[in-house]
Amino acid sequence: MALFFNQLINGVHVGSIYALIALGYTMVYGIVKLINFAHGDILMVGAYTIVVMVNMLGLHPVLSIAISVLMCILFGVVIEWVAYRPLRASPKISSLITAIGVSMLLQNVALLIFSPTPKPYPIQVNVAPLQFWEIQISFTTLLTFVVSVVLMVLLQGFVISSKAGKSMRAVSEDTDAAMLMGINVNHTITMTFAVGCALAAVGSLLYCMAYPAVSPTLGSLPGVKAFIAAVLGGIGMIPGAMLGGFILGIAESLTKGYISSQMSDAVVYGILIIVLLFKPAGLLGIGIREKV
Amino acid sequence: MLKISNMNLFYGAIHALHDITFHVNEGEIVTLIGANGAGKTSILNAVSAIVPYKEGEVQFNGESITKVPAYQLIYRGLAHVPEGRRVFARMSVKENLEMGAFSRKDIKGIHADAERVYQHFPRLKERRSQHAGTLSGGEQQMLAIGRALMSNPKLLMMDEPSMGLSPILVSEIFSIVREINKEGTTVLLVEQNAHMALSVANRGYVLETGRIVLEGTAQALLNNDDVKKAYLGTA
Repeated sequence: MALFFNQLINGVHVGSIYALIALGYTMVYGIVKLINFAHGDILMVGAYTIVVMVNMLGLHPVLSIAISVLMCILFGVVIEWVAYRPLRASPKISSLITAIGVSMLLQNVALLIFSPTPKPYPIQVNVAPLQFWEIQISFTTLLTFVVSVVLMVLLQGFVISSKAGKSMRAVSEDTDAAMLMGINVNHTITMTFAVGCALAAVGSLLYCMAYPAVSPTLGSLPGVKAFIAAVLGGIGMIPGAMLGGFILGIAESLTKGYISSQMSDAVVYGILIIVLLFKPAGLLGIGIREKV
Repeated sequence: MLKISNMNLFYGAIHALHDITFHVNEGEIVTLIGANGAGKTSILNAVSAIVPYKEGEVQFNGESITKVPAYQLIYRGLAHVPEGRRVFARMSVKENLEMGAFSRKDIKGIHADAERVYQHFPRLKERRSQHAGTLSGGEQQMLAIGRALMSNPKLLMMDEPSMGLSPILVSEIFSIVREINKEGTTVLLVEQNAHMALSVANRGYVLETGRIVLEGTAQALLNNDDVKKAYLGTA
């Protein structure tokens, strides 16, 4: 029983990180129908920013975190502006390939600047884990869970109630109609990238606290996992990304505990395939229906 | 109020609109009628800057709006009910109306206009917390019109409001168009249902394959033999 709960807690830990990152994929997809493959590499940008700020410049960690959030937002917004916006009217496949190209560019530039040798991540919290009988909860796990849930609740509130959030939903449903309402679609898209990348910056912090080695390909694995989480939950649906993230994290972690570590990815992809076979739009996704 | 001069529009190599010139005076209901594919929707989309046009000028309230981006037009008082309603299906009726008032900041005025919309369309009030995607076609049309009215427009452009609706709903919608006009909103109405459109309009223009071939008062067009033969089915 202790094994089950410990693995469940681990699953919730990684799951909340996947969920945070998945939100960026799903929000961007919802609004420009683009899988932003460079989204995972935003995590890497955030991580190296922290390494530079803390290790090289000796800044306070809190200040460094703030700078890394700003850096990620800046990268996301500039990438959209330079790489995706000129292609908005082109076939989807062009922007998809561009997204892969941007991802490679970011990784290789990082490789040039920082070399492939992993750098230690400087931010750690050293607080004794909480112990309930045989169940252990590390402080990092607790922090990760609380921070993620708070951010998701805030995001949901923003999207549902605020004027800016409503304009995001309107643009994602019907860009032309949103334009006729007076919504500046370019601003809305920029805002969506900014929000998604800010969440990725926090995701990067939480991920690196769990796996504290920063390398140029740092973002690939969590990026792919989070993308799968977004698809599993129903891409374009914000609650779907959260659900998908937690399901993925928990499934992965339970497989590691009960079957074997090597099998965990197979189980994750297996779940994805089965869900997509029965619900092609994802768990919370809705098929496109239109009334004439 | 609205003046379109020598508008030419191309879709790739296809010359869709030829030298379109017409105007709408303040307080009028003007209708553009014509068969499917004649270019009616293209004209509205070009005026709204959703579709770019190659030549020509559009003036609204005496100012050129040829280079104004689409999202700014509603701030100048130009609202557009697009073809096929285009309501936000996954947003509630109330939220759709809120989006219609996106361009405004006067909360009191927005509330007053929401009440006005609910008075025109009591059914929307009953369904205000329902998702727009769950409404019937007629209700969606009402919502699309209501949403456009929420911006308190000077000129309301409507694209085929009768499309796909039952005859009872069609006359209901058209009587509301007349009411809206009486309340001081100028209306530019694009319709395939020529009889209905001409019965509410002051003036009309007839479009054929991207050209304006006939214009006149609604009464004159209703009595015109060519119009009767081609669009009214009574010769």
